[in-house]
Amino acid sequence: MNFRRILLIATPYAWLVALFLVPFLIVFKISLSHYAISIPPYSPVFDISAGWEGFKTFLSKLDFDNYRFLSGDDLYWKAYLSSLQIAAISTIITLVVAYPIAYGMAQANDEWRPTLMMLVILPFWTSFLIRVYSWIGILSNEGFLNQILLGLGVIDTPLAIMNTNTAVYIGIVYTYLPFMVLPIYATLEKMDGSLIEAAEDLGCTRISAFWLVTLPLSKPGVIAGCFLVFIPALGEFVIPSLLGGSQTLMIGKVLWEEFFSNRDWPVASAVAVILLVLLIIPIILFQRNEQKQREANQ
Amino acid sequence: MMKTGMTFAAALLAMAGAAAAEEVRVYNWSDYIDESLLAKFTEETGIDLVYDVFDSNEMLETKMLAGSSGYDVVVPSGTFLQRQIQAGAFMKLDRSKLPNYGNLWDMVSERVAKYDPGNQYAVNYMWGTTGIGVNINKVKEVLGDDAPVNSLALIFDPKNMEKLSQCGVHLLDAPTEMIPAALAYLGLDPDAQDEETLAKAEPVLEAIAPYVLKFHSSEYINALANGDICAVFGWSGDVLMARDRAAEADNGVEIEYHIPKEGALMWFDELAIPADAPNPDGAYKFINFMLDAHNIAAASNYVYYANGNKASQQFLNEDVIGDTAIYPDAQTMEKLYTTTPWDPKVNRFVTRMWTKIKSGT
Repeated sequence: MNFRRILLIATPYAWLVALFLVPFLIVFKISLSHYAISIPPYSPVFDISAGWEGFKTFLSKLDFDNYRFLSGDDLYWKAYLSSLQIAAISTIITLVVAYPIAYGMAQANDEWRPTLMMLVILPFWTSFLIRVYSWIGILSNEGFLNQILLGLGVIDTPLAIMNTNTAVYIGIVYTYLPFMVLPIYATLEKMDGSLIEAAEDLGCTRISAFWLVTLPLSKPGVIAGCFLVFIPALGEFVIPSLLGGSQTLMIGKVLWEEFFSNRDWPVASAVAVILLVLLIIPIILFQRNEQKQREANQ
Repeated sequence: MMKTGMTFAAALLAMAGAAAAEEVRVYNWSDYIDESLLAKFTEETGIDLVYDVFDSNEMLETKMLAGSSGYDVVVPSGTFLQRQIQAGAFMKLDRSKLPNYGNLWDMVSERVAKYDPGNQYAVNYMWGTTGIGVNINKVKEVLGDDAPVNSLALIFDPKNMEKLSQCGVHLLDAPTEMIPAALAYLGLDPDAQDEETLAKAEPVLEAIAPYVLKFHSSEYINALANGDICAVFGWSGDVLMARDRAAEADNGVEIEYHIPKEGALMWFDELAIPADAPNPDGAYKFINFMLDAHNIAAASNYVYYANGNKASQQFLNEDVIGDTAIYPDAQTMEKLYTTTPWDPKVNRFVTRMWTKIKSGT
């Protein structure tokens, strides 16, 4: 192995260590410490000047009390389950909305595609916070939506959407839509059109050709899109806190409460570690599975 | 992605600021000053003022205990001040740098000494009570003319809350305020320190939580003034400010503040200098500026909170100094109680309870 190759392999690993492993270890270390009224608000604090002995006494003071505490408190399980549910449902809705958009973009003329692409990306030019805030103006009791529906005589009393889970779903689907559209579009665009012609020549109707050819071939894009939506939605904080009500239980909000209202950094860190583990296991399983399939195909 | 972008911009701004003129960074409660005083300070001292606001002691404590907050003056309330002094978050005040120190009112300083022995770390900014704010006409419409507006039963009796929920109720999002009040409603010691007693507040708050429109500590000023809500358990001056705003808007909303007959929490907001303040000299100048009798009187006249400055009383408007809801008479004073901070274990117990109450789980 020559030097260049080592460097090539080492670079991504160094990246992972610096930006993932080190921050993770810091959070993990805090999760093993105890809440204290001090700066920073936990103990023990590792003092580098105390040397090796100091490091050993530091280690001896760490324990898993916070994890034991969490396992005994059903609030966190409820929050995890409720976040999983909200993230899963939003991902499915996003997929259903995004697929036709991506399909339409892929079918469009070459000259139209850059414009359509632009339209999907355009909302990113405005601050995410402002876009979520604008939904308050749309969904609240005095908002556009209710005013229009009241004006048209469709409803008599304003629909209570604001401060409910429905508003959270709307916010998540709206915000993450481009993350679903773009990967699906990328796979559909690359697809060879002659495959559809072949399927139709062999007796498929247009609909069955879509089900038997287009959909399976776009699977990688669908899966990538689902992950890009599901993972950030699971830990989402801004959308539930702005659009959701006090009944909206999401782990991102619970984490925020732990840090800023309860000022309990060790427990907050333990919650974060568990969230990460819960996320990483399915991702690793999924990748294993993909790799096996690829090997089987070859 | 968004967050890193924002922090980076903030860091750039901070660097740009460091190169410019001298500045003082103040972190105070929202809606808590006459903003013309900020310009006056810069005019008199030539120091730029960066003025940020928060609406919960918990938020402030998070920043203080994380360290390097970058602020020169912060405004914690009594029990939080005491905990943060223990944590070493503040520097001892050098009174020789505060020529206006003599203006302080001993009645207040003596009470604050409970949290800050010898008044070594902080000087009083404002003080007040936590009580009941009502849109009187709407409350009477829902509960009848004999609505118990001067009793904690208005808020803590689910029968009343169920009816009030038709016109909207906000409660403070602060367990340190709501739990002592629930205990006072039960006739227990509001300053209880044991988990067994504190746990008795949970069913009381749980029973009313479904009727609460929002747990929030600052939105109620406007919500009350606009008529969006009809009752709040909140801070005296904030309710009175809502009364003032409604009167200005002339929207027919009539607001009253009541100190509950079962007792009310008396709290003190204190000016203190973080131990790692970037510009302590500027901080002293700001605190001394606020100790000036005219300035603090202007602030009190604007925010309807009593201050701890004896010399300022001659400059207060009659609707401030003469209002027993702001400057309570001896009889009302007897109904007020103070609290002491919970130890860390009890604190965790209480915050857990609060999260459960709010989320209804």
